[in-house]
Amino acid sequence: MTTETLIWLIPLPPILAFFLIILLTNRRKGLSHWVAIGAATLSWAAAMSVFVQAVGQHELAKEPFASFINWIPTADSWLKIGVLVDPLSAIALFFVAWTILAIFIYSVGYHNFGQPAGDHDVPGLPPHGATIEHGGHNHVVPSIEPMYSRFFAFISLFAFGMYTLVVSDNLLTLFVGWEIMGLCSYLLIGFWYAKPSARDAGVKAFMTTRVGDVFMLLGIAFVYSATGTLSYREIFQPQVLQTLAGVSTPILGLSAAGLIGLLLFIGTVGKSAQFPLHVWLPDAMEGPTPVSAMIHAATMVSAGVFMVIRIFPLLSLDPRTMTIVAFIGAFTALFAATIAVAQNDIKRVLAYSTISQLGYMIAALGAGAYVAATFHLVTHAFFKALLFLGSGSVIHGMEHGVLHTGKHIDAQDMFNMGGLRKKMPITFWTFLIGGFALSGFPLVTAGFWSKDEILASTFGGHMGVFITLAIAAFLTAFYTMRQITLTFLGEARTEAAAHAQENVWTMTAPLILLSIFAVGFGWVGIPEDFAGLRGVSSNWFHHFVGSMLGETHAIEFNWIPLLTSLTVAFGGLFVGWLAYRRTRTPAEDALQIPVLKKKWYIDEIYSALLIRPAYWIAETLVYQTMDKGLIDGLLHLFGKGTAAIGSGLRNVIDKPVINAFFGDGTAHVVQGTGRNMRAVQSGRIQQYMLVALLIMMVVAGLAYFLLIRL
Amino acid sequence: MDATQVVFLGIGAVILMAAIMVVTTRNLVHAALWLIVTLFGVAVVYALLNAGFLAVVQVVIYIGAIAILFIFAVMLTRKDLLESGSQHNRAWWLGVLVAVGAFGGLLWILRGWTGIQNVGGEFPAGFDAIGALGDALVAPNAFVLPFEVASILLLAALVGAVYVAFTRR
Amino acid sequence: MIPISWYLILAAALFSIGLFGVLSRRNAIAILLGVELMLNAVNINLVSFWRYGGIADMSGQVFAIIVFAVAAAEVAVGLALVISVYRQRRTVLADDLDLLKW
Repeated sequence: MTTETLIWLIPLPPILAFFLIILLTNRRKGLSHWVAIGAATLSWAAAMSVFVQAVGQHELAKEPFASFINWIPTADSWLKIGVLVDPLSAIALFFVAWTILAIFIYSVGYHNFGQPAGDHDVPGLPPHGATIEHGGHNHVVPSIEPMYSRFFAFISLFAFGMYTLVVSDNLLTLFVGWEIMGLCSYLLIGFWYAKPSARDAGVKAFMTTRVGDVFMLLGIAFVYSATGTLSYREIFQPQVLQTLAGVSTPILGLSAAGLIGLLLFIGTVGKSAQFPLHVWLPDAMEGPTPVSAMIHAATMVSAGVFMVIRIFPLLSLDPRTMTIVAFIGAFTALFAATIAVAQNDIKRVLAYSTISQLGYMIAALGAGAYVAATFHLVTHAFFKALLFLGSGSVIHGMEHGVLHTGKHIDAQDMFNMGGLRKKMPITFWTFLIGGFALSGFPLVTAGFWSKDEILASTFGGHMGVFITLAIAAFLTAFYTMRQITLTFLGEARTEAAAHAQENVWTMTAPLILLSIFAVGFGWVGIPEDFAGLRGVSSNWFHHFVGSMLGETHAIEFNWIPLLTSLTVAFGGLFVGWLAYRRTRTPAEDALQIPVLKKKWYIDEIYSALLIRPAYWIAETLVYQTMDKGLIDGLLHLFGKGTAAIGSGLRNVIDKPVINAFFGDGTAHVVQGTGRNMRAVQSGRIQQYMLVALLIMMVVAGLAYFLLIRL
Repeated sequence: MDATQVVFLGIGAVILMAAIMVVTTRNLVHAALWLIVTLFGVAVVYALLNAGFLAVVQVVIYIGAIAILFIFAVMLTRKDLLESGSQHNRAWWLGVLVAVGAFGGLLWILRGWTGIQNVGGEFPAGFDAIGALGDALVAPNAFVLPFEVASILLLAALVGAVYVAFTRR
Repeated sequence: MIPISWYLILAAALFSIGLFGVLSRRNAIAILLGVELMLNAVNINLVSFWRYGGIADMSGQVFAIIVFAVAAAEVAVGLALVISVYRQRRTVLADDLDLLKW
């Protein structure tokens, strides 16, 4: 089969898996995960095949693998949808396929497949452990997730959404995949639906990204009305772009291209959790950890950045839009990093870290460095997924210890951990690799190369962005080392931590796999003239992705960004280790500042400004006042009025006139007449005779006078 | 005014006066007796009309049987309260009215009759009225059938009266 | 000679008186007395018409004989009825006999 057909088939196995699991294998947990992993493997194989062919293709950017069908007939042409694999999609296919497969395999172990069913487990709540007899006394061990199959169904649907988004060649199917992922994030964040916090987090995620999606839909509509098409290749024709850049709109004085770009970018602000729509991502940690890894590290939030890179030709036409984009990105990067230093939950730190790193990518795009942004997107996907899965492994090991000791402590609080380096070595080393990649540890981690490239791109042209990103990088390294120190180094702070143990191979193998990528992927993007060493690498990545927009030569090498990134990385790591290596309780942590712990009170501000007024409008204004008061009042008035009219008519017309006058009156008249007439028939013959004779005389007289005389 | 006319006038007055007494007297025995007077008067009238047989039959039947029957009936239905109360009912004035109306009406009809002043022919001498009556009563082409029917009627009345008045023991 | 009209007027008057008696007397026997008067008036009429019409035609007298028989029968039955009613109801007042109604 041709490559194009293969591309069409890539999203197919996961959606089939979804339907199969839901309809057929829901009760059989093992079969469900085989169906899901099988589907993920098929898609991975197809994606790898396409990737290899794409890499081998000469001039992929000019002749991408593309295929389309005519779908909706419009007035004089067709709306086309189809698939497109150009360098960006090929790279995206690569990291999406690997991370999805890793996460699917990880989920088998995370949800305790093979363990007994729990003592008090109900679907809708996280599993609480099962008591088994072992060696004479009872052990409480982790129990299998009751909704195991449902989880695999949902993540299969999610994978379908992501693949669709990556291979699509038009904004419409991209939006379809976007929305499917939004739905799945709602379903998966609220996976344990019996927990109120999980339910609320799911709704919050959906609502917040919805705000972004509305603007994105406006942008898509604008594109369609301005150009008559939604396919990338037709929109990004030079003459179309020039036209769009020339038309100006009344909003902010932007050109049409700039306004479209801004509207579509707002969708990314929602989906990739940039300020001010970032509030959903930390709460989304309520979902199971594979969900956090998949949705909020590797794929869904990356989709936002992916889309911005896709429309980069359009976006880059208007400098004001680019400024807005860069500003939001840089601001978010610093903002989230400041919050992350005060968080105690191991997953919250990673959540804010994700927001911050996405800010990096957005800032890079705003500065025009789309190759750097793409590079960081890929490396971030690998090491952030690694970190999340690692944190999941840590939590899982802590849960084991919690069940063992029987004390109910928060297994996610870093201050309950400590010394896990000895208990969970694989998790420790892989987490360390991921953490160093995030911090930008030089040379051996992929994060270093991508972060360095971003800093290098923003240096010189966008100094404000550069300085902000540098400070954020320092904070990133700091809180990462804080996290590693508190979790793994030192001594165990609680009994549960002392009894933690390493996890099964289905959880540790994906960690190892991802750590390989977190280390190795960076080397494909080493700049040509790095550190003055000419020709040390061919910088394949830059040429491959850069060919999309004709940017074929790398940035000029400059020592300052390199030194800056080395300084902030080492400095942050060292200071973090130094500050926390002997901390035992949160009270000793100097950075537990309320404003940082409370996320700059953004949630409280939104609640007061938006949520409570909305509730008030819905509950009080519309429901109580308008609905119950006005409309129901009107209806009751109608009802009472009609009833009053009815009873009025009855009392005024029906009873007196019709009943009394006509009905009873007639009866009375008849009765009276009868009573009176009854006297005629007295039974007395003399009276009869009298009457007869009288009448006979009258009749005879009449007859005589009328008939005989006349 | 010859003798017959005078006789007639007297007898007519007697009849009418007795009749009025019949219908107005309170005592029923008196009424029955006045009826006898009236019947005598009528018999005389028959005689004046040369219907001798009828006059005798009138006396024998009417007075001798019927009037006696009346007296018997009055005796048998006698109550102490019989003499009390009005003998006329409440609408007697209507009865007067009707009677007067009937009288007036009859006279009115008679006015139009041309033969009203018919004086009447001589009674043929030698005419055997009784024999003719007898012939008429039994002649097959005359009135034998009504005669026989009348006798059956009397029989029926006889049986009926006995039956009706019979007291069961 | 007596014109027929005298006889007829006499009969009419007798008839009217009898009619008055029938209509207004309370006692049932008195009513029957009135009926007798009326029948006598009829007889006078019949005989006078025989006498002043064709004497040879005896139908007037025959009719009068029949009326005699009828009157006798009627009185017999009527008085039997009155006596029977008297026995049943102890009353001879026509007003008390008001069953001839619905």
